[in-house]
Amino acid sequence: MGTSAEAIVIGASAGAVEALSVILPSLPADYEVPMLIVVHVPPDNKGILAQLFQAKCNIEVREAEDKEPISDGTAYFAPPDYHLLVEPDKSLSLSSDAPVLFSRPSVDVLFESAADAYGADLIAIVLTGANEDGAEGLRAVADAGGTIIVQSPEGAYASAMPAAAIAACPNARVMSLEEIAAYLQDVEKT
Amino acid sequence: MLEKKIEDIEIQLLLEGLYQRYHYDFRHYAWASVKRRLKQAREQMGFRSFSALQESLLHDPGMLGRLLGYLTIQVSEMFRDPSYFRAIREKVVPHLRTYPSLKVWIAGCSSGEELYSFVILFREEGLEQRTLFYATDINQDALGKAEAGIYDLDRIQMFTENHRKSGGKSSLSDYYSAAYGKASFDKSLRRQVVFSDHSLVTDAVFAEMHLVSCRNVLIYFDRDLQDRALGLFKDSLTRKGFLGLGSKESMRFSNHADSFADCVREEKIYQKRTE
Repeated sequence: MGTSAEAIVIGASAGAVEALSVILPSLPADYEVPMLIVVHVPPDNKGILAQLFQAKCNIEVREAEDKEPISDGTAYFAPPDYHLLVEPDKSLSLSSDAPVLFSRPSVDVLFESAADAYGADLIAIVLTGANEDGAEGLRAVADAGGTIIVQSPEGAYASAMPAAAIAACPNARVMSLEEIAAYLQDVEKT
Repeated sequence: MLEKKIEDIEIQLLLEGLYQRYHYDFRHYAWASVKRRLKQAREQMGFRSFSALQESLLHDPGMLGRLLGYLTIQVSEMFRDPSYFRAIREKVVPHLRTYPSLKVWIAGCSSGEELYSFVILFREEGLEQRTLFYATDINQDALGKAEAGIYDLDRIQMFTENHRKSGGKSSLSDYYSAAYGKASFDKSLRRQVVFSDHSLVTDAVFAEMHLVSCRNVLIYFDRDLQDRALGLFKDSLTRKGFLGLGSKESMRFSNHADSFADCVREEKIYQKRTE
């Protein structure tokens, strides 16, 4: 395939656990591309997602810490009640700024900062969800030359978020979860 | 791509101008958040570019307050992360009781939610009378709000729930009166409080503290600036004094990590080591 990226960012809301369960466990232990993931969860849901996926994945899965350098082969979940951002030096930072589109963490906030830090070497994916978070951020990734992918709304548990992303970015590649998983398996670290 | 770079240059120049003109130093704030906040400011204030915003800021002092409103906005809750306040009550208060007088510093107090949480907790524990609270922030507007102690009534339900979960021994409704959609916190809660303008970036130690609480402020700093602030806390704290950080803030990447021991690890409450 020859696709390469420096990082992958993923945003998901309602139905996220099932959708990510198709994608993340399919990646091999030697997978190098780091992944940054925002899932809308209630504020008091401490660290549960990272634990859940660490148990079923071959790659390393963690909850992001402030000022942590991004390691290859690791998937980072945004902590509940914090925005997750990427700094220009490719470290992670958190913020407790106001929710964006009622969401904290916000997919847009992650995607926009990642687009800034990685430019064209970024793959951004919007999955299932019942609001419009992620659409603006996906456009920022596209504007910076990155690759943009949206889960097909027909197959999604909640179609609003992927539909809004496609409306904002008509050029996005639209794929099923299985196709996204297969695509990501072939991506190499830039 | 070139356009993006120009924007970054403009932002750096704007921050430099803000510092040289008004001595507010955001140059070592975490870039991604500062950029996001400045973008919001530029859009909502209707400037076409950051350069245009900079020109206005340099020539019109009235712009300073407006811009600081965007750059320093902090959203907090009373008893945010109830388990933190429960840990303060159960693990830190027993140590504090052994002192005849206490100084507590709420650094980056913003509009005061955390300050009132501490004062109420200390009153419940019978420590308020012997404690002097310092509530500091760089944003004058926020300090004004903290001093007023008036919050939207629709936030009170969450505050009350947090207070209860934190092990509160009284009813939050004892401390405020409600009218016209606002909850006004009792002025007696401010008897032991000094409100003051203080910058963790440019100002120095001002008193010897037994407890410093600074939550979700350091995440906005870059690593160098985090180190400066943590050094300031270290120098401010008395022997075996306590430092509480936000639940996602960590000493791990700091030069001062060795100066502190974990007190309540999962709540990011540290205790200064004896040299």
